[in-house]
Amino acid sequence: MISTIQIKGIRDGLLVSLGEGDWGEVRDELLTQVSQQADFLKGARLAVDVGNRILRAAELGELRDTLSEQGLTLWAVLSNSPTTEQTAQTLGLATRLSKPRPDAQVTPVETRLQGGEQAVLVKRTLRSGFSLQFPGHIVILGDVNPGAEVIAGGDVVVWGHLRGTVHAGAEGDETAIVCALDLSPTQLRIASQIAITPQRRGKTIPEMARLSDGRVIAEPWNPK
Amino acid sequence: MEAKVITITSGKGGVGKTTATANIAAALATDGKRVVCIDADIGLRNLDVVLGLENRIVYDLVDVVEGRCRLRQAMIRDKRLPELFLIPAAQTRDKSAVTPSDMVRLCDELRPDFDYILVDSPAGIERGFRNAIAPADIVIVITNPEVSAVRDADRIIGMIEAEEKGPARLIINRIKPEMVRRGDMLATNDVLELLAIELIGIIPDDENVVMSTNRGLPISMDGKSKAGQAFRNIACRINGEQVPFMDLEKRDGFFGKLSRMIRPGGA
Repeated sequence: MISTIQIKGIRDGLLVSLGEGDWGEVRDELLTQVSQQADFLKGARLAVDVGNRILRAAELGELRDTLSEQGLTLWAVLSNSPTTEQTAQTLGLATRLSKPRPDAQVTPVETRLQGGEQAVLVKRTLRSGFSLQFPGHIVILGDVNPGAEVIAGGDVVVWGHLRGTVHAGAEGDETAIVCALDLSPTQLRIASQIAITPQRRGKTIPEMARLSDGRVIAEPWNPK
Repeated sequence: MEAKVITITSGKGGVGKTTATANIAAALATDGKRVVCIDADIGLRNLDVVLGLENRIVYDLVDVVEGRCRLRQAMIRDKRLPELFLIPAAQTRDKSAVTPSDMVRLCDELRPDFDYILVDSPAGIERGFRNAIAPADIVIVITNPEVSAVRDADRIIGMIEAEEKGPARLIINRIKPEMVRRGDMLATNDVLELLAIELIGIIPDDENVVMSTNRGLPISMDGKSKAGQAFRNIACRINGEQVPFMDLEKRDGFFGKLSRMIRPGGA
């Protein structure tokens, strides 16, 4: 019989992945393999991935006991079936592998998103007459047509033509910014300041608008 | 026969909905298609005038909806084009006399007997507009190459999408190629960039159109007129034919390119 069982080392011991097949056969195969490598595996902690199988408490309990006789500890059962997960949990088994080690953790990049800040992503063009309002930041993948309005408590980023009206920092945040690939709004507001787009000449370039000394200024986009 | 219901709308008033409805209907009927037009502009009816049928109105749309006559009694058959029919609007009532479901019911009753049902929408975004698009299989938005008209067209396209009647098709009406060349009028591409829907026709400005609507003789029946040809092309496209757009904005060589480069505003 082809072995469908894979055993690999993980942080918390060993992960046993059972393949397809009848539970009885697969369980027997596992126990056979385990006993063959008994000396090597002795004292190991096993997490067993049973796949889609729905297993009863009796089957899981029996598996744990049999492994225990071999000197192995079954500490977790992973399954796609919520029924199996629940059964495992009532037996005191874990159903998830633990989080990665601290040194493997990714350090989050410093952003302005503090706890509670939110942003909404809209993937369409806003046509005339459409009003999009959100207390946090707004990101639009599309155009904002003249006659459409965007009102954000936070920042506004338009990955397209911004030709409608926009109000960033609508609740009074004077650090709010407005960015667009084509910054040509009929009216731009940040907090309580209002500005009108000056007559544009030449190619459109990505720009960012912000308040500086209480006035709205727009600068070509420069990430530095 | 299972008719397609096409509603022609615009948002802005006066851009050419009624004229387009009349002319496209006449062109389709000339082609042998059986067409009925419905004037949904209750209170400000015009389609009967433009088609030259106002003298023959006995019953209208509201009479049908309120059960004072049968549908067939309100239908006026055009004597020049036997496949063309009109159900006129009422002039002494207003848009509240008809509901969207009335329109759907009416069109369903007409579907088996016609190839096309053309609904002439009123201007605006209120009840009249909603009545007109309720039965539509296809919505055609008509606009002029002017900033204010395009603004309204954008709004109406948004509403059509919101009512899940999209995607709409676009007709740009009253193009003046000389003004486009000078940079004083929006070019077709400028309009399409903003509205972003499929173009189904462009119609040049033609003073003969005003004369034709005054006389009640659809200009699409006039072989010599460019606007008439444009309407006939639209009818062909509605029928599924591939007809290239008339070249109204032919750029003339070097000077054309130069004038475009120094055009102010960059609209």
